[in-house]
Amino acid sequence: MRKVAIVGVGQSPFGRASDRGINELAWQAIKQALQDAGITQRDVGFVSVANVGGWSAEPLPAISVNEYAGLTGVGTYRVEAACASGSAALVTAANLVSSGAVDIALAVGVERMNESPTPTAVELIGRAGNYFWEFDMFGLTFPSYYALYATAYMNKYGATEEDLAKISVKNHFYASFNEYAAFRKRVTVDDVLKSRPVAWPLKLLDCSPITDGAAAVVLASEDVARKLTDTPVWIAGVGYGSDTSNLSKRPDFLTLRATRKAAAEAYKKAGVDPSKPVKSFDVVEVHDCFTIAEILAYEDLGFAAPGQGYMLAREGETYKGGLIPVNLDGGLKAKGHPIGATGVSMAAEITKQLRQEVPAERQADIVKGMGLAHNVGGTGHYTYVTIYSLQKPG
Amino acid sequence: MSTIPREELEKMVKSWLEMVEQITRSEGLPIVPDEKTGDPVWVDLRELRLKYLIPIARIRKFFDGLKEGKVYATRCPVQDVYFFPPQADCPYCMDENLEWVEIRGRGTLVTYTVVSVKPASYLHYPDYIIAIARMEEGFNVLCWMSVDDPSQLRIGMPVKLVVKRREPEGFFTYYLEPE
Ligand SMILES: [Zn+2]
Repeated sequence: MRKVAIVGVGQSPFGRASDRGINELAWQAIKQALQDAGITQRDVGFVSVANVGGWSAEPLPAISVNEYAGLTGVGTYRVEAACASGSAALVTAANLVSSGAVDIALAVGVERMNESPTPTAVELIGRAGNYFWEFDMFGLTFPSYYALYATAYMNKYGATEEDLAKISVKNHFYASFNEYAAFRKRVTVDDVLKSRPVAWPLKLLDCSPITDGAAAVVLASEDVARKLTDTPVWIAGVGYGSDTSNLSKRPDFLTLRATRKAAAEAYKKAGVDPSKPVKSFDVVEVHDCFTIAEILAYEDLGFAAPGQGYMLAREGETYKGGLIPVNLDGGLKAKGHPIGATGVSMAAEITKQLRQEVPAERQADIVKGMGLAHNVGGTGHYTYVTIYSLQKPG
Repeated sequence: MSTIPREELEKMVKSWLEMVEQITRSEGLPIVPDEKTGDPVWVDLRELRLKYLIPIARIRKFFDGLKEGKVYATRCPVQDVYFFPPQADCPYCMDENLEWVEIRGRGTLVTYTVVSVKPASYLHYPDYIIAIARMEEGFNVLCWMSVDDPSQLRIGMPVKLVVKRREPEGFFTYYLEPE
């Protein structure tokens, strides 16, 4: 298997892109990524496109995006793993490079959620669980899925609504320095607590917004990467996991088993010590679709012991300078969560962090040269953990 | 967002569509300003109605049970595992000889939430409580919780499973209630 590196990244602003269609939005990201890599469309051997859709009109987005971006004729497909679609598209593209099938692949994530009215988008995301037994009969919504975890977690470990709110405060703080973020306004714990209930105990400011956006990364084999850049960002290890469609078939609501499995696999492949993973990383992106999800991620990724994740939030240990900096781009909460684009945007952010190209206020100190992206689809239905390194993996 | 009653939403949609039609008549194009940014957007001329037809032939007994006030699970006698929601095939034995077992109906509350921002297709319901209970047989059930005041709920409290008709839609389904 060949080593694979990210050699170019791009992303559109996240938010309400009412001035751009899905193809135009994707092109914003693709153009930047090709220019960043110093390549043209002719160099691209495959395009993997993450898009969940349903809320947007185009039924074959991989084809329409490629046509618009001058990539017609290149092998392509659309990838779906709910909110982890972006990582799935990236990993499948990386595997095509790794296997020798192509030398350069492009992974694109794009979502235009505001192409439908908000109640329709709420409806469609709520259906992303088990359709018949959960949505059709009982009207689960996306926040309510995570609220079931929040209630169980808070009851078991004594975490409070204030602890959850601190995740939102941190992520809004860092988004204020991110020109691509949907929300640039800071919030206080009080703002979060006073925001209106969505699915108790989660409130509006515990939730990531309905977002439009796109991101793209160029992946290259070792030979090609060395020619294109002095700072390739290597994929050092990927772990995969999944869990039951029906939430009720899980043994408890305190942990995402899919993340634990994916993290263990990724740590093993990248040579990260699973008993103290924080020692390996300068910066981490975790999947904070809801504030509770970031706290679960701290534990499931091994940054905190079970039941101790909320203490990292309470004590500010995931700000820059803390135990481990998390979501310095604002996370899904405040940068925004255009479903299919999120995983690709995480990869773009870690790449820029490792290359030390983000504004100083939110640039992590790069000492170890390693970062991690944790991307969850649905309510722990799918998980991808991807580890990136400035050092070529051994 | 989605806290308005369904009839009101439908009225709003209807009057909005009439506005679009008027604009199309007068301007010759279905282009309106985006409600938040004012950017020009083309209003799709086509509309898609989705109502799925879901096969239940092989778990028909579950629905017959609901009409008799019973909730059934399936169970594999070889593996000694329950399936709920029920399924017709045992993937472990690669067999379909599962038994139908009536759920005894007693359990404890594992977790719950109150849904305030509802999907468009649930706007005709007041806010509802979704709960998960661990039944004494050892599997979980997820459904609505019937209780007047959600502040009465405590994780670990005993609950029972009951069958009721869900109004205004009128179909039989199962609920949890405090014991
Ligand atoms: Zn069996």
